[in-house]
Amino acid sequence: MTREAYHKSMKGLEADLQQMAALVVDAIKGSIEALKTRDIEKSRHIVRNDMEINRKRFQIEEKCISLIATQQPMAVDLRILAAIINIITDLERIGDHAEGIAKISVSIGDEPLVKPLIDMPLMAEKAVSMLERCMKAFIERDVKTAREICNEDDEVDAYYDKIYNDLVLLMIDNPKLIKDATYLIWAAHNIERMADRVTNIAERVVYMVTGKMEEMNVSKY
Amino acid sequence: MKDKLTIKNLNFWYGDKQALKEINLHIREKQITALIGPSGCGKTTFLRCLNRMHDLYPGNRYEGEILLEGRNILEKGLDLIKLRGKIGMVFQKPTPFPMSIYENIAFGLKLMGIKSKGEISGRVEKALKDSALWDEIRDRLHGPALSLSGGQQQRLCIARAIAVEPEVILMDEPCSALDPVATAKIEDLMTGIKENYTVVIVTHNMQQAARVSEYTGFFMLGEVVEFDTTEKIFTAPANKLTEDYITGRFG
Amino acid sequence: MNAHYIKRTLANYGALTVSALSAVFGIFFLFWILKDVLVLGFSAINFDFFTQLPAPAGMEGGGLANAIAGTFLITALATIIGVPAGIMAGTYLSEYGRKSRMASVVRFISDILVSAPSIVVGVFVYALLVKPFGGFSAIAGAVALAIIMLPVVIRTAEEMLKLVPDATREAALALGAPHWKVTVQVVYRGAVRGIVTGVMLAVARVSGETAPLLFTSFNNSFWNFSLTEPTATLTVTIFNYAMGPYEDWHQKAWAAALLITAIVLLVNIISRIIVRGKAG
Repeated sequence: MTREAYHKSMKGLEADLQQMAALVVDAIKGSIEALKTRDIEKSRHIVRNDMEINRKRFQIEEKCISLIATQQPMAVDLRILAAIINIITDLERIGDHAEGIAKISVSIGDEPLVKPLIDMPLMAEKAVSMLERCMKAFIERDVKTAREICNEDDEVDAYYDKIYNDLVLLMIDNPKLIKDATYLIWAAHNIERMADRVTNIAERVVYMVTGKMEEMNVSKY
Repeated sequence: MKDKLTIKNLNFWYGDKQALKEINLHIREKQITALIGPSGCGKTTFLRCLNRMHDLYPGNRYEGEILLEGRNILEKGLDLIKLRGKIGMVFQKPTPFPMSIYENIAFGLKLMGIKSKGEISGRVEKALKDSALWDEIRDRLHGPALSLSGGQQQRLCIARAIAVEPEVILMDEPCSALDPVATAKIEDLMTGIKENYTVVIVTHNMQQAARVSEYTGFFMLGEVVEFDTTEKIFTAPANKLTEDYITGRFG
Repeated sequence: MNAHYIKRTLANYGALTVSALSAVFGIFFLFWILKDVLVLGFSAINFDFFTQLPAPAGMEGGGLANAIAGTFLITALATIIGVPAGIMAGTYLSEYGRKSRMASVVRFISDILVSAPSIVVGVFVYALLVKPFGGFSAIAGAVALAIIMLPVVIRTAEEMLKLVPDATREAALALGAPHWKVTVQVVYRGAVRGIVTGVMLAVARVSGETAPLLFTSFNNSFWNFSLTEPTATLTVTIFNYAMGPYEDWHQKAWAAALLITAIVLLVNIISRIIVRGKAG
């Protein structure tokens, strides 16, 4: 009764998930890069590309539902599917946050940035690293790493605090910059949200492996 | 939850061949317990220990204890006829007796010593209603049981088993010879009779075990690999073998 | 279409032709016998044949009323002796003995008995009942026929009881029924048609037997209703009359043959009807 075709579909689904995660990672990196280099065309491109991520999400969800309907997955397979359905929602939202940063970049338009971006790319790099390692933990069924990633959210929160404080001081000094500085706070906030979503994904990895649902790290924000 | 049957260190041999090894299980009262596992894993053998069906054939040997509310039913000199009155059984293939529908059910009632015709017909009707068969066959109560469809025959067998009001009902793959509609009816029926009876069901159909039972035991090579609530077994089993079996990685 | 295909087609037609011819060959003789029995038998049958005693040797007329009655008497008696014993033995084999040593011995002996020449059975009963009690008798004839019926009834009863699935027995036992009740109330009911059919066929078979009766019930030219006296039967009468010197005897023998054939046919038809009713 070994079910070759079914298990192949399950493996295929995991590959799809990794592809989607790769699209999301590209979107985050691209959006920050475009914001930093003031590449409006690239920002627009990222906004358009978010459709691609959304499409991928629906495609994976349909595959999951069809497997549930036709194959009656049980035990670990059931948990994998439940995890994937949740993870793609989080990935899709992370994609939306990247899109949000790209839209902010478009809104800032030809204006120069109120201050050079230093912390924000580091913050984004941290978020990307968390996401990439989290997806690796998914493949490797690595509960330990998944738990650790949840704690790293605090680092991202610290970056956010710092960026927020810097920009608020800037605005107090020079109220003319309030508009553009607020844009940057929004962008940082988007990154902060991304990291929160990554902790959700990490929680799903833990559930998938252990069968236990646990809240791992309550974000400050 | 109270134990109806407690199985302690049960071993069983067909002649020289050991078929069950050190089985320890708790069958909870008024709950459905499903036994799953690959063919030849001992689940049917185990089920047939519970009403001592193995005693019909020579050379079979039990060891250990099966406690029915504290009393060991493997004791020598136990009245098997009484035991089987307490623990009823439904078989894989429908086994209607070659007589009328009414007589099929009356057979067991008469065995219990009920003589009053009125009481017999009352209990026949009740059993048929409880097994959701009454409306389909009320007009041919005295027609041959063998003319019923497979699903109806199996429900008749369940009616026959519950008519004598046993405490436990054993079901050995009761739906494996039935179509999905008949299967659904039997499953409904099982959930319905759970209020009054302790049910132990052997099934090859894991979805069925997941649908109807509260507890599930996974058997392999004559041993209980894992026993837990059905929810636990089918979402997050503790044992790798169980996991591999129910996800179809072997079996 | 290739040569291989043609070869196979031809081989097919060849085999079909040979087997069809063989079937025709067998049936041809059966119909020949039936034709003679019918034509010659009918011309000799009349009312007297059923009602009158045989005429004295050499005289015309009379009938075989006593032989007809004797055949029915001896066959009925044989059935009464042989069938219950046969069914009980079949029940033992199917329900109790099963694979035991005793059961296989019984089964083996009964198989041998089926193929034992019926004349041997006649001689055996002669030694057992005729010689010690000083004379031929209806009861001796009935015992001989019963012995011939026995293995047929045993094996049909066993086979028919075995057709009742074990699951049905287990289901009855699982309800708490004792073994004997399962046998009598459940298993017999499932096998009753088959057993009745087997009994009918056994009856049909022995009603045509001659050899065992020659040494046991012998013959009688008069009415006899005592079980301890020699008794006339149709088959023995056929044997005697056919060998006799008189034309009238030959005709009576044909008529008796027709009657026996008709009885056997009737019993066979009835048992077939019973089998067909099995579905219901």
